[in-house]
Amino acid sequence: MHYVLTMIRLIDIYKSFGNNVVLNGLNLTIEKGKVTVIIGLSGGGKSVLLKHIIGLIRPDAGAIKIDGQDITGFNDRQLNRIRKKFGMLFQEAALFDSMTVGQNIAFPLVEHTTMKNSEILKIVREKLSQVGLSGIENKMPSELSGGMKKRVGLARAIALEPEIILFDEPTTGLDPIMSDIIGTLIVDIQSKLNVTCIVISHDIHGTLRIAQKIAMLHNGVIIESGTPEEIKKSSNPILKQFIEGKAEGPMRVL
Amino acid sequence: MFSMISYLGRYTIGIVREMGRIFILLMQALVWMMLPPYRFKAIIKQMEFVGVKSIFVVILTGVFTGGVLALQSHQGFKLFGAETLVGSIVALSMTRELGPVLTALMVNGRAGSAMAAELGTMRVTEQIDALYVMATNPIKYLIVPRIIAGVIMLPVLTIVSDFFGIIGGYFVGVFLLNINSGMFIANILQYLELEDIFHGLTKSIFFGLILTHIGCYKGFYTEGGAEGVGKATTEAVVISSVLILISDYILTCIMF
Repeated sequence: MHYVLTMIRLIDIYKSFGNNVVLNGLNLTIEKGKVTVIIGLSGGGKSVLLKHIIGLIRPDAGAIKIDGQDITGFNDRQLNRIRKKFGMLFQEAALFDSMTVGQNIAFPLVEHTTMKNSEILKIVREKLSQVGLSGIENKMPSELSGGMKKRVGLARAIALEPEIILFDEPTTGLDPIMSDIIGTLIVDIQSKLNVTCIVISHDIHGTLRIAQKIAMLHNGVIIESGTPEEIKKSSNPILKQFIEGKAEGPMRVL
Repeated sequence: MFSMISYLGRYTIGIVREMGRIFILLMQALVWMMLPPYRFKAIIKQMEFVGVKSIFVVILTGVFTGGVLALQSHQGFKLFGAETLVGSIVALSMTRELGPVLTALMVNGRAGSAMAAELGTMRVTEQIDALYVMATNPIKYLIVPRIIAGVIMLPVLTIVSDFFGIIGGYFVGVFLLNINSGMFIANILQYLELEDIFHGLTKSIFFGLILTHIGCYKGFYTEGGAEGVGKATTEAVVISSVLILISDYILTCIMF
């Protein structure tokens, strides 16, 4: 048994929107330098969970510790300092559509570093080639396909060399081949940069391929977490139903 | 009966809450305005959008408003042979009232709505969240330059509108209604004071603040996809227009 480091710890998180309880005393530990995939039903609060980690949503109760620091009481300025450790790939990539691809990737560099234009340009090219899209820095986001947008979004997320990268449903809406390419990219980037990756997904096939850790979110709590092998062998009926993708079972969708 | 009262109560609470949110966002914007870094490039870009690109509309509005003012007032003054007063009526109405208000309404329709739509789209496509995630405050990055641009450019556009309004009045008065050119101008100079122009410009500063801030506010808090963006845009234009007219009355009461 080797020594594991904790990067993020969520302790007893409660969150409701009106009468709708989304997170109900959730506990989750995310290890440093691993790909953790959080699975669960659509609309089950996975994105809400992810937005808690980066401080876009504050919990009603509970604590969120990033690298040992509790961020729940942080103000904007303190949060911004923490956020520089993060990169995030949004579900629809969230590229700034008024800027070119190159300006999008350069954005965090222009904002938070004092690099010269030539240095920034070099990094932009390097990140683009890392996601397999060399030479498109002058295109506008509206000219790109869904898969290209996501890869540009990923290039932007890694521009500042973050310690933690968050992926909000990286393969949703893509064809199986592009999903596979994105999956491979996540694994590649994780091992090359040795970052902590947190992926939100309901694509069970892709999850089993890329995950080093899997956690299942259901009814506002993590009902099971472990390595892919452990998850596959789990006897939890809800987890079984999810992995097998059946409408009938203990989990009622309709 | 009971349901009516509860409806009224809910409605009132809704309005008060919205006013509170508008005010809080304005305060946040003012605080961020003071803090460096100052984004001069973004401000210039917005000034171009709000100001330069509105000039044509503003000139057109000014010329025709001045023209119709001359035409209408001439009807009345003709009755007691005071046609030369048309000049001062046009000049005073334009500088004190119609220049600032019509400019604000036109710019609101053009730029205020565009701001609501742009920020609204950024909200629903998570671009605003992306700004937060990249440790860039969207209030500072998006709202502050727009408000500054509005506050600077509206007075400038109002001057343009005042000027072209008087030109329009002059053309109609002198060339169509045969008022003596010298008398027309002398009459303007006799009755129009610098103070009138300044009061109009003071109003336009407030209008610039209102239309940019409401446009940004509605866009910033958009929810509900494309439909939400449409709704935010419409509401932004309606609310700003009403607020411009109400504040016009209040400001006029205070200043004159």
